[in-house]
Amino acid sequence: MSDVSDTDREKAAEEAQLRAVWANPPGWRYWTSVNNTQVGLWYGSAAFAFMLFAGLLALLVRAQLSVPENDLISAELYNQAYTLHGTVMMFLFAVPIFEAVAIFLLPPMLGARELPFPRLGAFGFWSFFIGGVFVCGSIFFGAAPNSGWFMYPPLATSDQAGIGADIWLLGLSFIEVASLAAAVELIVGIMKCRAPGMRVNLMPLFAWYLLIVAGMIVFAFPPLIAGDLLFEMQRIFDWPFFDAARGGDPLLWQHLFWIFGHPEVYIIFLPAIALLAMIVPTFAGRPIVGYSWIVLAAVGTGFLSFGLWVHHMFATGLPQISLAFFSAASEAVAIPTAVQIFVFVATMLAGRVIFSIPMLFAMGGIAIFVMGGLTGVMVALVPFDWQAHDTYFIVAHLHYVLIGGMLFPIFAGLYYYYPLIDGKHMSEKVGRLAFWLMFTGFNITFLPMHITGLRGMPRRVYTYPADIGWDWLNLISTMGAVVLGIGMFAVVVDVTLHRKRKPKGEQNPWKAGTLEWVSEPEENWGVRSIPRIESRYPLWDQKDLARQVQAGEWYLPHAREGKRETLVTSVLDAEPEQVLRVGGTSLVSIFCAVTLGTVFIALTFKLWFISLAGGIAFLAGLIYWLWTGTGEIPEAEEKDIGRGISVPLYASGVKATGWWGMFVAMSGDGTAFASLVFGYFFFWTRHEDFTGGVVGPGMFWPLLALALFVGAWGATLAAREINRRHGVNAARLLLGAGAVLSIAGSAAGLVGPWVYGMDPTVHVYPAIVWILVIWAAAHGGVGVIMQLYCLARSLAGRLTARHDMELQNVALYWHFMLVTALITFSVVAVFPEAL
Amino acid sequence: MTDLSWPASRYLLSVSKPETRITTRTVSKRQVEAWLRVLALASVAPAAASCSGVQSALDPAGAEATQIATLFWVMTVGGFLIWALVVAVTLYASRWKRKPITEDNAGRFIFWGGVVFPVTVLTALLAYALWLMPWLRPFGAEEGAGVRVEIVGSQFWWHVVYRRPDGSTVVSANEIRLPVGERVEFSLESADMIHSFWIPALGGKMDMIPGRTNRLSLLATRAGTYRGQCAEFCGISHAYMAFPAIAMEPADFEAWLDQRSRPSVDLDVNSDGFALFMREGCGTCHRVDGTAARGTQPVGIAAGRTPSGIPGPDLSHVGSRLTIGAALLDNDEQTLSRFIAHSASLKPGSQMPGYPNLTSDELREIAAWLKGLQ
Repeated sequence: MSDVSDTDREKAAEEAQLRAVWANPPGWRYWTSVNNTQVGLWYGSAAFAFMLFAGLLALLVRAQLSVPENDLISAELYNQAYTLHGTVMMFLFAVPIFEAVAIFLLPPMLGARELPFPRLGAFGFWSFFIGGVFVCGSIFFGAAPNSGWFMYPPLATSDQAGIGADIWLLGLSFIEVASLAAAVELIVGIMKCRAPGMRVNLMPLFAWYLLIVAGMIVFAFPPLIAGDLLFEMQRIFDWPFFDAARGGDPLLWQHLFWIFGHPEVYIIFLPAIALLAMIVPTFAGRPIVGYSWIVLAAVGTGFLSFGLWVHHMFATGLPQISLAFFSAASEAVAIPTAVQIFVFVATMLAGRVIFSIPMLFAMGGIAIFVMGGLTGVMVALVPFDWQAHDTYFIVAHLHYVLIGGMLFPIFAGLYYYYPLIDGKHMSEKVGRLAFWLMFTGFNITFLPMHITGLRGMPRRVYTYPADIGWDWLNLISTMGAVVLGIGMFAVVVDVTLHRKRKPKGEQNPWKAGTLEWVSEPEENWGVRSIPRIESRYPLWDQKDLARQVQAGEWYLPHAREGKRETLVTSVLDAEPEQVLRVGGTSLVSIFCAVTLGTVFIALTFKLWFISLAGGIAFLAGLIYWLWTGTGEIPEAEEKDIGRGISVPLYASGVKATGWWGMFVAMSGDGTAFASLVFGYFFFWTRHEDFTGGVVGPGMFWPLLALALFVGAWGATLAAREINRRHGVNAARLLLGAGAVLSIAGSAAGLVGPWVYGMDPTVHVYPAIVWILVIWAAAHGGVGVIMQLYCLARSLAGRLTARHDMELQNVALYWHFMLVTALITFSVVAVFPEAL
Repeated sequence: MTDLSWPASRYLLSVSKPETRITTRTVSKRQVEAWLRVLALASVAPAAASCSGVQSALDPAGAEATQIATLFWVMTVGGFLIWALVVAVTLYASRWKRKPITEDNAGRFIFWGGVVFPVTVLTALLAYALWLMPWLRPFGAEEGAGVRVEIVGSQFWWHVVYRRPDGSTVVSANEIRLPVGERVEFSLESADMIHSFWIPALGGKMDMIPGRTNRLSLLATRAGTYRGQCAEFCGISHAYMAFPAIAMEPADFEAWLDQRSRPSVDLDVNSDGFALFMREGCGTCHRVDGTAARGTQPVGIAAGRTPSGIPGPDLSHVGSRLTIGAALLDNDEQTLSRFIAHSASLKPGSQMPGYPNLTSDELREIAAWLKGLQ
């Protein structure tokens, strides 16, 4: 007996230490927590609050349109309200809510303690929060963006757009940075932090979908960021990217915006389907039918979504042959979408369905979404779109798709996963009432809009004349909106008021089969111990697993060194590779978010010095963050994680999460760069006289810059290799030389257009050349900082031949840098000569 | 509420019920369409009956609009049936008391329902739509055959130039007339923001983009007065950028054009109204044919060049137009003087300054003179 109690005591001590290591800080410092559970909850609550705010704006819009010739609100306020409604719903709710859900759910679902970069996650949340409050707050000062959520120039570049346009561009660029940060976190988390044995074909579907979606974010958001950059350069410095009179073209913005904007729709839709893919099997009481079908369909949707953007531009006068191509692609995307819906129905048919509240919302969502999908098939046909485009038919279509394909599944997910938040359940009665209010309210609002639109009502009109057939349709829509609003309000009441009243329920109330249901709501550690997974539904198939996990019988049940640790596994087969020490509670995430926010917000008001000061503070914070929080050399080579397995504590190169983070981030960065290059060639195709008579940057300086950058790249690579062979001093020398070369390269790149007197305000050609060389030079500057950082780490003894993670990551950066320099300088120097 | 009353209803109701003159469709097709309509009416869209308004794509009076309306009804009925089927199966699947199907059958269900069925339907639809496209908008086939209309969108009005086959031009604004049964080619440009030219009863829309010349081809099949409107958000008074579109018998249209190619027959340059018009500088921006009021607008547009410096609508025959202010107000002496005095508040963001300092007598004089420009 005493043996058993000794073991018990040991277990209890182990558990206490684990709890202490993962505990939230007390008092106000709670907000400095970086734990995924807290960040996920804050993220989700903030996104939900922004959604309610945007919903109120929608009610304001509907109130104005309830009767013809209404003057309840002014045209200006109306324009700000509808612009902000769309903007907030898309950028502050639809995308962030899924990043929130993913940050909250993924670690327990994958059997991880944490995602690999918790501080990055917290930084992303605070950036999102600051940017969101800034953008939303603008309407209270009458300064909200007023040109529609897709901000078409020349209206949005004109003075008529006011400061609202800057708030949109800079505020959202800031938020997009946060989204990208979250995407990096999710991709690396899903690829590298799964429980041992969870091979890719055993991954929960939610993880598959989020992997696809995060990948899409990495390639879809950067074109918008590139567009924002061009746009803001035109607004602040009058560089004529979208000004037709000086060789620019307003259509370039439409291309860049929709190359982002259409994948965006699927970035919103796929995670909602992912929630359904978790909910439906649980209530059908059986595994999903056609796991491979649905994964392939999701991947297919992701790919196709990048080839559809022109269907937002069918009425811009593009050649009919390209319209035909994009029409076909838009129809094609309906097929993988149909497969996903049919997988759910098939799963239900093959099981026995318990029709709970989450299922009610899920099925209501599908009924609405299928309708939106069918009207989508209609508007994807070019001739029909010529009529429907920019009318209330489109307003109806997009709300059917987004509310059915996203909002209802989110509510299904809320009801389904709420027990994981605090162990309590939401009210079934309120849920049923809320569902029917929302479902009927929604249809009363949006079904008539199809007719309103075909009767000729354009979207974005703040009022309309009486008696041309729109009066009572609009009145019905407004009444429906009120019902929909009441339904939403019921859920809000349930979420906010019920918490105190309800007792705690069972831990796995739905008898679900996936791993997230072993996580204990009151604990911060994600999973008590990390199990080996052998099934897609481990809680159904691996008997006694929940108890074993919670009893700490599996891997890594302790935190003996007092550090936050999670297990890193291989990408495909999920075999243990490393015990990763992740960042703990820290102010640095908030500091960096605030200072970066200062940069963007000060730029909006053209406060250059404050912006510069914010930038310097941000850089200092970032370096402090990296220096103190990453790449620490562990006290031992390996760590015993239990059950006779020891894995390394340090990894560098391809095995390190940081390397993957860099790779993903630079893929996004490269996409933004590619978008700028696309702009260059787009202008070339637009005009016979591409250069507008402006002299180019010559051959000498750009090619010199290229040579210097190649040298810097070579020096960095050589430093990595020589350092690995213990040539520490030579490596330091090479890093120093590399920094000098890249400073020289950046300078030479800028000198070219400078000495030839290229004035970026006279014509679009010098402007796009300047943008490309500035982009390359700025990246050269970042490269210098990285080289000097490695040099400093080496001098401080924190970077050695064995522990060279930083140098490996910086070398990876320089591969991307080399491609950037190669393309930039050959394009700006050689291409005009070759014409 | 202001008493700003939009005239659309009134002027349109005052136009006699248009007769059907041209039929491009066979009777049997019409019957099919009627049946589809009945079906759809009974099922999903009781609201969408015909006579649905002067700006309705569902009450077509042009070749393109007719084809698209048919396409719409076919797809609506088909779409509704598919939707009902999916929902019915889903509801059935939600029942507790039924026998679960086997996994093989579930796989077959996904394959046939999620792949084969959509591929078949979508291929057929796409083929039909692609076949329709060049038929709906044939360009350049009959260069110089009929009248061409050049339109420049501007915040928040329409500059209209009719270019006749003999090369002569007729300048107008904020109202478009076209002959029934003759294909009319439009060339569309913008002077400032992106606008979109759209007459739902005749056909789909086409954007007007700075730096580009877009083309649109419309074939009116039924005489009547319709309403067009800017469909791309273009600024604060976007909602007030509309126009009447009148499809006329070809002979009437020719006669109308002839009359518009000369100064107004009732033009009186010795009236007090004209003196006031010139004194207040109206002639700087507005052209009135046959007078010293020249505006500065170019007549016609060179392709590929964004026109600039179009200050205000041509007023040569403004008295005969159905509306003023781009379908903002009825056209009579009272509304004219109201618009002159308060244009800035009636139409926020408009380039025209208001003249509230003019006395009501002066306003009346100018309005009476303008109304006389028939």
